[in-house]
Amino acid sequence: MVQHLSKKLLSGMMLAAMLGIAAVPVQADATTLHMAWSQDATGLDPHKQTAFSSLRLLELIYEPLVRLDASLQIVPAIADSWQFSPDGKELTFKLNPKAKFQNGAAVTSADVKASFERILDEKTGAAARANFLSIASIDTPDPATVVFHLSQPDAPILTAMSDVNAAIVPASEITAGSIGTATVGSGPFKLEKWDPNSKEVLVANKDWAGGATGVDGIEISVLPDETAILAAMRTKQIDFALLNDPLVATLVPKEASLQLNRVPVLAYHVLQLNPSRKPMTELKVRQAISCAIDRQEVLDTASLGEGKVTGPLTIPALATDPSQLFCYKRDVEKAKQLMTEAGYPDGFSATVIGATGEPPTAAAEAQVIQSQLAEIGVKLDIRMMELNVYVDAWLKGDFDMAIALNGGRADPYTMYNRYWTKTGNLQKVANYIDDTLDSLMQKGRTETDPAARKAIFSDFEKHITEMSPWIWLYTSYSYTAQQKNVGGFEPVPTGSLFSLAKVTIQ
Amino acid sequence: MNYLMRRLATFPLVLIGVSIVVFVAIRMVPGDSITAMLGTEAGLLTPQQRDALAAYFGIDQPWFIQYWHWLLGLLQGNFGISSTYGKPVLGVILERFPLTLELALLSMIIALVVGMPAGVFAATHNEKLSDLGVRMIAMIGQSTPNFVLALLIIYTLSAGFGVLPAMGEFSPLWQDPLRNLGQLLLPAVTLGFAFAASVTRISRSAMLDVLSDDYVRTARSKGASARSVIWRHALPNALIPVVTLSGIEFGYLLGGAVIVEQIYALPGLGRMVLDAILQRDYALVQGSVLFIALNFMVVNLLVDLTYVALDPRIRLREH
Repeated sequence: MVQHLSKKLLSGMMLAAMLGIAAVPVQADATTLHMAWSQDATGLDPHKQTAFSSLRLLELIYEPLVRLDASLQIVPAIADSWQFSPDGKELTFKLNPKAKFQNGAAVTSADVKASFERILDEKTGAAARANFLSIASIDTPDPATVVFHLSQPDAPILTAMSDVNAAIVPASEITAGSIGTATVGSGPFKLEKWDPNSKEVLVANKDWAGGATGVDGIEISVLPDETAILAAMRTKQIDFALLNDPLVATLVPKEASLQLNRVPVLAYHVLQLNPSRKPMTELKVRQAISCAIDRQEVLDTASLGEGKVTGPLTIPALATDPSQLFCYKRDVEKAKQLMTEAGYPDGFSATVIGATGEPPTAAAEAQVIQSQLAEIGVKLDIRMMELNVYVDAWLKGDFDMAIALNGGRADPYTMYNRYWTKTGNLQKVANYIDDTLDSLMQKGRTETDPAARKAIFSDFEKHITEMSPWIWLYTSYSYTAQQKNVGGFEPVPTGSLFSLAKVTIQ
Repeated sequence: MNYLMRRLATFPLVLIGVSIVVFVAIRMVPGDSITAMLGTEAGLLTPQQRDALAAYFGIDQPWFIQYWHWLLGLLQGNFGISSTYGKPVLGVILERFPLTLELALLSMIIALVVGMPAGVFAATHNEKLSDLGVRMIAMIGQSTPNFVLALLIIYTLSAGFGVLPAMGEFSPLWQDPLRNLGQLLLPAVTLGFAFAASVTRISRSAMLDVLSDDYVRTARSKGASARSVIWRHALPNALIPVVTLSGIEFGYLLGGAVIVEQIYALPGLGRMVLDAILQRDYALVQGSVLFIALNFMVVNLLVDLTYVALDPRIRLREH
């Protein structure tokens, strides 16, 4: 054994010498966290960027008024405290007097006002604007107080404000037109260098109101191949990594020096039917599809069982037992019966679209669903597309069925109003609405009592799974891998990496 | 000389053709810079917001007007600004090009140094066991996809020996030659393996052809040593197909080795173009495709000129 090991060590050292590298990289600066991810941020404007990696980078640099903790409760960020008026139409924030931008200026109510006005300005092109349309006006009675006047009670607005898409940026930078090129936030790290699709260098912001960070800096490398990320972690080049592919993630625990963190996320895998296209126009056909799909099998085969079957509500505080929902237990006989009643005893042909690699399990999900639906005579033709091509078809509602991984939000109204209200921006994608769904969503928007809201959204969930415009499948995990000497990282359901601010390397 | 001038005169025509094709093709593909940035969230935009973003990305005009503006800029040496990098396109390309050039050169050196002697060896041991062995290895080399080889190398090194070249931050040759070579050696071997296999096969068959020629028999009958016959008489004449093959392969490699760059995380031209396409960074796609096309034409021209140097019988037509 000893001989075997020393031989291995010797050959490793020889190889290292040949490659001109050290077998164990010397960490000259022990307080820099070396991090890797496979997809890089796509831009630096916190109000415009919606890509997952961009948000993860920007939330280390910029801060919103409030933030979500690991249990999705709202906690202070730039704002110390907040309060709704009794009629729910006024929301007042008190700002943290210690909050400072990275250019040294204090964060004032004027910056908050300017930031929200920028988001609401159509010329900015901020997608998050849709969440803030109830803001009628903003008052700044003093530098530390901001009052939002709302046109109607809007319970979910506070959660929407916790997103980095609602980050507070300096009013002076807005005037200068430099948002997106210069990054002046108030968060725990400053962006020192960004070489797109290659590397980011972050240094600790010593003036951060949240206190000292655990490391002096973070260097993020873009390693597009996740097996290469795992290899780089084996050789200790990388301390911490974000992983997307469950196939790679499940290999992490096999490495003695590595630790896998996983947490169920809010995003959901779904088979979207298009109820504006025949025969999905028929309720019974949609229900038959729902009954013919074995969600657990999709999860087990496509994603190695990494996740859990879910209904529409993925938020832990609101989620119900999915086995109680319509046809969540596979029933092929019932499905066939429904198909016959709908006038399709021999089934039909349809096309299902999916984005290549987005999520990595998309093609496998489509294949499992294809074989399951074949049992009730539905012949699925799978069309995998490049992500942008897919997004284009998806936004136009140009599909019979679509395999999708849709993002979740900490508030069900913000998460679903785009699809399931009569005025929802993405109603043309969902292509299904009824009065019950619309009125439940409107009630959920104005109701502030948590128990009453839970009941409203539970009704919403029951109704929509029965109408089956979409077949919700499962939620997966967000994965991070780390060396065991990295401490203090707290994975959260939103996928946020904000707790890197407190991470230490022993 | 006339030939050279005429070849050079066709360059602008080809480049204009390439630029139009790329310009139109990338705009015909569904999706645009806005969906690339926002994904499905783009559906939340109001028409006014969409217009504002289209103006921001410079895609609010019909394509021929965009093309005209781009062409005018090009004539003044301005390739446009990359929307991802926020920097002039030419600068971004030139930052990435040294790595791609170095990688292509290294792979070609590996391919020629390994492939030619192997091909000559196989030809001179025609149909013997050793010939079969070389041909077998060459066959494996040609049929192994380079991503399989790259992943195998990475896995074996990291899991078996605990070593791996530094990934993530690439060191240019002039900054840290040793680290640079360490980072490029494995990718070059990965690319060079299949390349060497092709060189082996082609030099073997060219050599076999030449060895049966009359002048080789004459040289042998005059008592020239076996070594001299092979290396002095036969090899130079067997080189032409090898040069053709190497030229084409090298030209391809200058366009970037996308998969190998992805796996080894090298910031080369191939990965840059792929990311630019995925992110619908139009200016960068157009500029880099033009740059790659120009490289390819230059390499082809050099290959043609090499023929003349290798074989005095080949004369470039002057009329």
